[in-house]
Amino acid sequence: MTAQTSQSPWTTFRTWLSRPSVAGVVILAYLLIVIVALLSLNRADLLFPLYSTLVFPPFVLSPFVILASPLDNRIKVTLILVLVVIAMPLIGIYDSSYLELTIQICIFAGLALGLNIVVGFAGLLDLGYIAFFAVGAYSWAMFTSSAETVFFVSGIIVPGWAFYIFIFVGVVLAALVGVLLGLPVLRLRGDYLAIVTLGFGEMIRVLARNADQPINFTNGSQGLLNVGTPPMPQFWVDFIGSIASTLGIRIAGNLEPLAQQMLFYFIGIVILGVIIVAARRLDNSAIGRAWTAIREDEVAAIAMGVPLVKMKLLAFATGAAFAGAIGVLYAAKQSFVSPESFSLIQSISILAMVIVGGMGGIRGVILGAIIVTLLNLQVLKNLSLQLNALRNIDFIVPLINFHIRDWPTQLEPAKYERLVFGLLLVLMMLFRPAGLLPEPRRKLELDMKKRAQPMETPVITSSETGD
Amino acid sequence: MMLLEVKNLVKSFGGIRAVRDVSISIPEGSISSIIGPNGAGKTTFFNLLTGIYKPDAGSVEFNGRSLIGLRPDQVNAAGMSRTFQSIRLFSNMTVLENVMVGMHSRLDVSVLKTLLRTGGFNRQEEHVRNYARELLHFVGLTGKGDELGRNLPYGDQRRVEIARALASDPKLILLDEPTAGMNPQESNEATVLFRRVRDERKVTVVLIEHDMRVVMGISEHISVLDYGEKIAEGSPKAIRENTRVIQAYLGRRAAGAEVNSGSPA
Repeated sequence: MTAQTSQSPWTTFRTWLSRPSVAGVVILAYLLIVIVALLSLNRADLLFPLYSTLVFPPFVLSPFVILASPLDNRIKVTLILVLVVIAMPLIGIYDSSYLELTIQICIFAGLALGLNIVVGFAGLLDLGYIAFFAVGAYSWAMFTSSAETVFFVSGIIVPGWAFYIFIFVGVVLAALVGVLLGLPVLRLRGDYLAIVTLGFGEMIRVLARNADQPINFTNGSQGLLNVGTPPMPQFWVDFIGSIASTLGIRIAGNLEPLAQQMLFYFIGIVILGVIIVAARRLDNSAIGRAWTAIREDEVAAIAMGVPLVKMKLLAFATGAAFAGAIGVLYAAKQSFVSPESFSLIQSISILAMVIVGGMGGIRGVILGAIIVTLLNLQVLKNLSLQLNALRNIDFIVPLINFHIRDWPTQLEPAKYERLVFGLLLVLMMLFRPAGLLPEPRRKLELDMKKRAQPMETPVITSSETGD
Repeated sequence: MMLLEVKNLVKSFGGIRAVRDVSISIPEGSISSIIGPNGAGKTTFFNLLTGIYKPDAGSVEFNGRSLIGLRPDQVNAAGMSRTFQSIRLFSNMTVLENVMVGMHSRLDVSVLKTLLRTGGFNRQEEHVRNYARELLHFVGLTGKGDELGRNLPYGDQRRVEIARALASDPKLILLDEPTAGMNPQESNEATVLFRRVRDERKVTVVLIEHDMRVVMGISEHISVLDYGEKIAEGSPKAIRENTRVIQAYLGRRAAGAEVNSGSPA
């Protein structure tokens, strides 16, 4: 403060920005601009896909902007709640494709958080994680689908409201399968573990594909159609409708699908919220410390009294349980489940989210899930749409006189999804191997205490010369 | 009263007999050392005691019960804790967390209580933090709790290992070359700490040590291993004068012509 003149303009600016009042105004302005921009987009606009790609990611990432700010914790939580409970649903009513994207983000963030327990916390590389997601999805789909499965034929079909019970069924089943996988691989580490889990993931997928003979459990590669959805009370539909009409948004005759999406959005948010709280609480406990210890040094961990078998199984079971719950949601939302939804590339995708975000840290992993999901489902797709839109009107790039029509279809951004994805991973590993938001080490000792004792002399002074 | 009684312990790796028929007794409340040339089987002996290796034969009686067949975490829970020859801190955890991990076997670890954050859970966490801080203070690392283990100077890392090993409230602590790589002043300070571990925390101490000044200065009882066999035991004075020990360390020729009958080392 005293030497303000000697500070660089950048430092001065940062000091100014870190004042809560300034930060508050900046954040409110940011939120306002992003939300207004989102709501003022017009689907008929020629450049809509591009605009949408530019505006939606900043909105989805706004909770991270809020969390990074120096605001009071209660204000942060309130702001994020307002975003999640009010702003996002409104944007969803305005354009339900954003609702769909957010539900996908919830699904993948939940999966990434589950995988993070196994890979990030306990350091057990699992390449077959998607299998637990499949267990959750199939557990709901098999009992509700109208496909000609043994359950349907013999009339064992559960009603829609059982969805809420099946979330727990999915959790328990997936956790059991997690323990089943965990038992044989307990002795393995690193590469060996990765290969075995990879094989396990494929086994579950192949099992799902072939379990239609001789008794039809899964309907094989055709998948399960018409998977049940949780019941939608009429008041919910009316409620969504009345909000839409109050806001003057005309919903062209398809209020029910919108209300359904909205229901899934809130279920997704609740499940994700529970997963976040559970992951944080586990991390911040003797269990989390034991997992980290196993990750850092297995021999030292067990010698210090950490029961390896129990803790590893717990990690597998917990990670799997999260995936199980998310799987049930996924099956109901897609209303279609097939073995191909649970391929190896999905496992790798989720692992990439964990790596991009920052292994071990909860915030980072969610950020990774958002970035990878948006990249997969929005950014690249929209860029292709944009290209097509410009092609259709025979847009000519000024100055270089290039006809967009001449741009080969093989070079569409959406066709380069995996390439961009791979490139992202390579760049991450080179420049930020710890991820975008690396796991922050917890400060457990009082900060005050540290400041009060500069260069304090311990009972026995040890020299810094070391060895 | 003997806290630890090892009888006829045997362990082979392939054709190499790393520990042959070793019997050692450690009285409660003592400070003892196990010495011997490199490769004498000292660390293997520690690994056999703590359950990292399974002995081929022999018995280990600790505090009135057999430790044979127990896993390392069960041995730790039974009251025998250890440090490692090459420091094995959890390097990406803070110093305080390292010590907190050491308390694992003394804790009520329940998923449900952890998820629900019950009052009991919170009290236990509070206790774990305070006790870990107290142990850091005890080893002379007050205020270093938030550092990452790997960022501490070497001597301090050894201290963290000792604090971590003390966290499970052991009856016996095995220190594997705890002064390796220290300068004379540091090893003097370390010796003071080992004594305080015994006197203030009432923990029986067993050291593997190469630094003879440390060994002779602190030990009440010394056992000497060579080629996996116990070749001598007794007070520091007796060991210093034992010809077999001198032979083992210096080679036969140097030890004296009267026993120089075999081939030179």
